[in-house]
Amino acid sequence: MNKLAGIMLTETSSPFIQWLWRGAMVLAGIILLTMYYDVFDYYEVGIVVLTAFCMALIGQNWMGIRWYIVVVGLLSLFAIQRYANDLALANSDFFLNYMLASQSAFMWMSALFVMATVTYFAGLFLRSEFTQKIGTALTWSASAMGMIGLMVRWKESYLIGPDVGHIPVSNLYEVFILFAIITSIIYLFYERRYQTRALGGFVLLVISSAVAFQLWYTFERQAHEIQPLVPALQSYWMKIHVPANFVGYGSFAMAAMIGVAYLLKSWRESVNPQGLLATTLPDKTVMDDLMYKAIALGFAFFTLATILGALWAAEAWGGYWSWDPKETWALIVWLNYAAWLHMRMTKGWHGRPMAWWAVIGLFVTIFAFLGVNMFLSGLHSYGTL
Amino acid sequence: MSETNNLPVSRKSFSQRLFLFLGSMDLAITLLLALAVASIIGTVLQQNQPYSDYLIKFGPFWFELFESAGLYDVYSAIWFLSILVLLVTSTSVCVIRNGPTMLRDVWNLRTHVQRKSLQAMRHNATWVVESPAEETVTKLESNFSKLGFRVKQTPKTDEILVSAMRGGMNRLGYLLTHLAIVVICVGGLIDSNLPLKFAEWQGRINIETRDLPLSQIPDKSKLAVGSQAFRGSVNIPEGQSSGVAFVAMRDGYLVQNLPFRVEVKDFRIEHYATGQPKSFESDLVVYDDDLAEPLTTTIAVNHPLIYKGYAIYQASFSDGGSALSLDAWPLDGQAGNEPLSFDTKVFDRRMMHWGDNSSQLEITSFRPFNINPDPTEDDPNNVRNFGPSIGFKLRSNTGEALEYQNYMLPVTRNGRDFYLSGVRESPADEFGYLYLPLDDQGGLTGFSHFLQRLNDKNVVDVIAREMTSTTLKSVANSDEKLAQSLHDTLMTLVEMFVAGGFSNVTVFIETTLPEAERETLGPAYLSMLREILARVYVNGLTLPEQQPPSESQLLFLQDAVDAIGSLPRYGSPVYFELTDYEHVEASGLQIAHSPGKPVVYFGCAMLIIGVFLLFYLPQRRFWALVKANGSRTDILLAGMSNRNPREFDGYFEQISDELKLTSGNSGPH
Ligand code: HEM
Repeated sequence: MNKLAGIMLTETSSPFIQWLWRGAMVLAGIILLTMYYDVFDYYEVGIVVLTAFCMALIGQNWMGIRWYIVVVGLLSLFAIQRYANDLALANSDFFLNYMLASQSAFMWMSALFVMATVTYFAGLFLRSEFTQKIGTALTWSASAMGMIGLMVRWKESYLIGPDVGHIPVSNLYEVFILFAIITSIIYLFYERRYQTRALGGFVLLVISSAVAFQLWYTFERQAHEIQPLVPALQSYWMKIHVPANFVGYGSFAMAAMIGVAYLLKSWRESVNPQGLLATTLPDKTVMDDLMYKAIALGFAFFTLATILGALWAAEAWGGYWSWDPKETWALIVWLNYAAWLHMRMTKGWHGRPMAWWAVIGLFVTIFAFLGVNMFLSGLHSYGTL
Repeated sequence: MSETNNLPVSRKSFSQRLFLFLGSMDLAITLLLALAVASIIGTVLQQNQPYSDYLIKFGPFWFELFESAGLYDVYSAIWFLSILVLLVTSTSVCVIRNGPTMLRDVWNLRTHVQRKSLQAMRHNATWVVESPAEETVTKLESNFSKLGFRVKQTPKTDEILVSAMRGGMNRLGYLLTHLAIVVICVGGLIDSNLPLKFAEWQGRINIETRDLPLSQIPDKSKLAVGSQAFRGSVNIPEGQSSGVAFVAMRDGYLVQNLPFRVEVKDFRIEHYATGQPKSFESDLVVYDDDLAEPLTTTIAVNHPLIYKGYAIYQASFSDGGSALSLDAWPLDGQAGNEPLSFDTKVFDRRMMHWGDNSSQLEITSFRPFNINPDPTEDDPNNVRNFGPSIGFKLRSNTGEALEYQNYMLPVTRNGRDFYLSGVRESPADEFGYLYLPLDDQGGLTGFSHFLQRLNDKNVVDVIAREMTSTTLKSVANSDEKLAQSLHDTLMTLVEMFVAGGFSNVTVFIETTLPEAERETLGPAYLSMLREILARVYVNGLTLPEQQPPSESQLLFLQDAVDAIGSLPRYGSPVYFELTDYEHVEASGLQIAHSPGKPVVYFGCAMLIIGVFLLFYLPQRRFWALVKANGSRTDILLAGMSNRNPREFDGYFEQISDELKLTSGNSGPH
């Protein structure tokens, strides 16, 4: 029996666990809704329902994410409860100061992501399965600390002032953290799905770069300070548009890094087929397949995000499409990957050209994400560097 | 279509070949990438700016070249639209070509397959069961159904074919995705300004480029109320209303009539505790004959009003012609003494006359408060309140203008208060600042009075004589000629100073004194000048006999002398003090009518559903060919998927294991 295929199919949870998990998510949703029934409006109720539904869905066959959701949920609640109503506790309360205040959590996240990157690569070069498993554990922890940090930051913004409070996806600093978290979760999903940890270092390299940039941004520009929302960003569309976008960016980034690994492997194979990289990296067909999977996922969510952006623009700027630079670059990214998918699905291209294209795609994506903010002006007012 | 597809290319007619070309994948991919590259242009070159800006940036040659290539409005340039139209055509042809097959595939269970083709499939398995053929078929059917497949049995000559399929909707995904592209583009086309361009090309409308009052805009630049799409904007001052919107086109505009009037009752900006803006809102009243009563509502950023399919957005704000009361304080001898009070409005222009000179005053802006970093310092954190401010230009007869910025609240420097006025020659420069010292009443009278006295020949003459005689008395000299010369020198020094500040005096010293005496006499001249300036000032204070001027009066003198010294660089013969105002704001509304929007949204829904179906609902087909073999039954199982062959490996194995188990496998052979 095909080992890979067997693993991919048999790793489902028992029906009992599945129902338990779905039930827990429904319950969590209901509790949240009854607690905040008075303050939530339709959008917020919708978002809670949607979130509970999504978590029930992705958690039903994936033990890792179940633990993740539970740990993040409990620790966030714990931190919020420690805060009570006093923001100053961030510097005096032991747990907040050293672990859970958003700034501390983000520092943990940064350190853990960098450690995970190093560990994955060490595992790869030492051919040590165990070391790579530590890499996985570190990645989970980093991602959890980041998520807790975001949750706590959400609360902190309300502590600054009830009218200042907002979900932390509103500026470049916050979305960088979101990017790191989402990319790592997508990676962890495929790591389990394909039972290969050899690509961890490559994917985490992008995340570590994002972390490095974000640290620079914190210390150099004081970007971590929580600012109230400008009127243009006070919209519910923002809360779904931005995360959807980052599933797209994260997947594209992952595809590109797998592309890098693919190119490395195919180069080393031609030079020295018995060499380290040629033998430790996954099979080329596996990487090829993963690259497709990641781009397909990214494309689907990027489509969704762009459409959500259009709905938002229709409400905020008076037109669903204005050819604003950010919008236009989103279209460029989208067209690029549409062409990539056609090449692969209908013309049957695969292998090195597609890997190169995926890598180039990342540069297009980075320009849409950062370059537009740095070099071009337009209606997208947030996140100037 | 399938017959034409099978013919060799050379035997096809031109139209068939064109059809094939349009629907080809190569063209599709080329167009996708071409559109991406073309889109970049408009993000690099800022679109729809005033044409004069482009002219300055590129020079006349490139300006015209770029203009004829439509680069200032790329996204409605003919060549850009052509790419879009080609893409839509290509996608349509593709859907027309593949649609019927795809549609059939959604339901069709493929009952015509042969044993040979099943055996040729990548995934197949055979086994033998003990039960008779009919029973086996029933079992297989129920098993497939349980696994979520649609099934159908087809009797063949001596065997039975069971066809099963899951995920037929995947093919619908293809159709939805590609039709969505066509639908979205059609919707977008409905909302584009293409019909306007066409009307312009036919000569039915004319783009207006002049800045005219509404009543003087020719009818050819006005668009009637209708079902057409547009996106216009209009600035409405508080208390006023508008029944039109202005649609920007290239370097001009068109006037779009609305089927209603919008009045702006009030415009508000709310602030966070930190001072950043929190919301921009307008109270609107919509008047329409169709309404029993005018519609009253409030719009804000992200919360537009939709009325009769017209969407009204809060887009911007500006001054709506605030009423200002100004005092013009004369700064040179010709303009008289007392301040001249007058009322004006933001955006007003008027000629101002003083003596033989005149210039045009243009009020350009007004802000009711300025909580800014101090403009005279580099530190961005030193934020304070500078009160209301006005911005204005003084344009000379030659057309050159100096730009000014006056703040109404005094600033404090070393414990003394000043009015701050910035001046610059062009928007590219930084403001330079004039500090006018305030007297002990907190007004400009003290300064004006001193300045007036310095300009008054008679006053200076008296003081100069007085000073001459005391000076000569102290050295016991009574030479008439010396006295006259000293007196003349003092008069000239004061005149030089008033006309050009200390620098002017220095030049005077250097040009008139012989080299040898400059060393000693130069400083003496300057201290004489300071002395007489002080005397003019103190003398004007009308202090009681013998009482020396106070510390603060001496400081004021120093500040006033500094200010007068920099007046020549200030360039304006008057200082405008803002004494009162009534703030009127204008709300910038964007008004849009987009009949294509529902079409676009419908297309978007199709696109999302389509894409997710395409990627996440693989189509999986199985066939079981069941053949009686004595008392036993042979089964040939084959399967295929259109997505993800890797995952299907495992899936096929799982399904075939399950079927073998439940259909009573007696071992493979
Ligand atoms: C803006 C234009 C287009 C977009 C966004 C688009 C998007 C897509 C997407 C996302 C897929 C799915 C790829 C996959 O199966 O994984 C696809 C498949 C496909 N597209 Fe397009 N497409 C466009 C235009 C066209 C055109 C013009 C043609 C015609 C030549 C075409 C032909 C096809 C075909 C034949 C498939 C494969 C369907 C299948 O077997 O699954 N597409 N397209």
